[in-house]
Amino acid sequence: MQYAILCYHDENVVCAWSKEHDEAVMAKLAVVQEKAARAGKLGPVARLLPTTAATTLRKDREPPIIIDGPFAETKEHLLGFYIYEAENLDEVLGFARELAEVNPGGSYEIRPVGLFRDGKQP
Amino acid sequence: MTDTRWINAVLTSARPRVVAALLRHFRDLDMAEEACQEACLRALRLWPTQGPPRDAAAWLIMVGRNAAIDATRRQRRLTALPDEDSISDLSDNEVATVERVDAADYRDDILRLLFVCCHPELPATQQIALALRIVSGLSVAQIARAFLVSEAAMEQRITRAKRRIGGANVPFEAPGAVERSERIAAVAGVIYLLFNEGYTSDVVEHGARAVLCEEGIRLGRLLLHLFSTEPEIQALLALMLLQHARADTRFDTDGNAVLLPNQDRSRWNMKLIAEGLALVDKAFRHRRPGPYQVQAAIAALHGRAARAEDTDWAQIALLYGALERMQPSPVITLNRAVAVSKADGPAAALAMIEPLADQLDGYFYFHGARGAFLLELERTTEAKVAFDRAIALANTPAEAAHIRLQLDRLAGSARSGNMKKENAKNS
Repeated sequence: MQYAILCYHDENVVCAWSKEHDEAVMAKLAVVQEKAARAGKLGPVARLLPTTAATTLRKDREPPIIIDGPFAETKEHLLGFYIYEAENLDEVLGFARELAEVNPGGSYEIRPVGLFRDGKQP
Repeated sequence: MTDTRWINAVLTSARPRVVAALLRHFRDLDMAEEACQEACLRALRLWPTQGPPRDAAAWLIMVGRNAAIDATRRQRRLTALPDEDSISDLSDNEVATVERVDAADYRDDILRLLFVCCHPELPATQQIALALRIVSGLSVAQIARAFLVSEAAMEQRITRAKRRIGGANVPFEAPGAVERSERIAAVAGVIYLLFNEGYTSDVVEHGARAVLCEEGIRLGRLLLHLFSTEPEIQALLALMLLQHARADTRFDTDGNAVLLPNQDRSRWNMKLIAEGLALVDKAFRHRRPGPYQVQAAIAALHGRAARAEDTDWAQIALLYGALERMQPSPVITLNRAVAVSKADGPAAALAMIEPLADQLDGYFYFHGARGAFLLELERTTEAKVAFDRAIALANTPAEAAHIRLQLDRLAGSARSGNMKKENAKNS
């Protein structure tokens, strides 16, 4: 089973991190990620730009409309996600806990992946 | 948990909302600031052991209000409120009330706070200092360092600004549509001013002043969160991001200014550029052009060019033309001329700026650009006069060094020119 790990946090807080703090967190995350990658468990990883850079296509109407910002206004914002290959929920939770240890605050939402494309050309 | 950096980041990001809500509650800047300060101190004391509350801003607002009431009662020698441990242990019910009250006014609260600091009655330097102190929460020492003045002088500047605002009448009811857009424009102007204070600084000061660029960007983000569909605010943030992306390459190791064409583009911050480009695209989709959008579009064209020679100068010249129509100014004409010189050659550019000679006679960049155009046209004697004038007007050692380089080049080309003439005579 593949799992997506969705990274939620208050982007105002993350944007308030100093450059040094941000780089330190990214470096620690890279160590955890590398271990999973070597085990062949890790798929693509993405960190998203702030929600102020987001545009949403609302397709619940005809014709669809384009609006500024993320779809939902919530206190925490989706800042990135992982694709992780795991046998079960416990295993993916274990990986998420490792990530959480080095990057506390916010939350990770975990959902099974229904459709996955790795973006590679055939 | 000994690491308090996460708390500091939470406090920094919550601060504008907390001070803004407390300002509406107390209607007094000093009281709001002190209440926020007190709440932050309690957070630093309690959160490491109790863990952070679910909604940090609501917690700080509630604790700040109670702390201020507590202090007032103590002053009146009445019974003190319960101690901080019970204050911190807010019931979900209370938090929900704060949340409900504040969510409705959140946007106008923060805009009011920003507007109070950017009050048109204050001189620009006081506006910036006040915004940094109250909204960003920088210490007086930090702000003083950024402005290269003593701490005492900055303290005095901030006190004076506060007193002036205390006398001014700041309306606390929700603003109407026209007033709101006027406030947004005033606040945007001060944020860009603040950013530029950091951006235009010399490298020697850059360490201390970089904080101004970062705060400008942070306040720009805050304003865009509040007014996420305003194209001019999208563009303001884009403009700052696109300029800040080049920060590390603007000076060489000796502290000399490195001009755009000579900057090491591989060291530009591509993440900031990507965000800036996305925002420019979003802003232009609204089809409500404005000065920040045009300036951001110009910065975007520089950001998109992988090499200096890939720069779309013709498009940049057109954009400066649009900016000139929106905000007629000889300085913008001068910038357009520089773009025209790259797109159409120095003769057209020189013709454009000759009429500005009187207005810009005391302006370093005018004589620098004029000298460069003349040099390209091989009118070396006139070029030297222009460069000499520029060097006399240079504001920083880096500017002077840049002109000196041009003069050296001029001397070099004069020598080789003479040699060519000699060779021609001899052959």
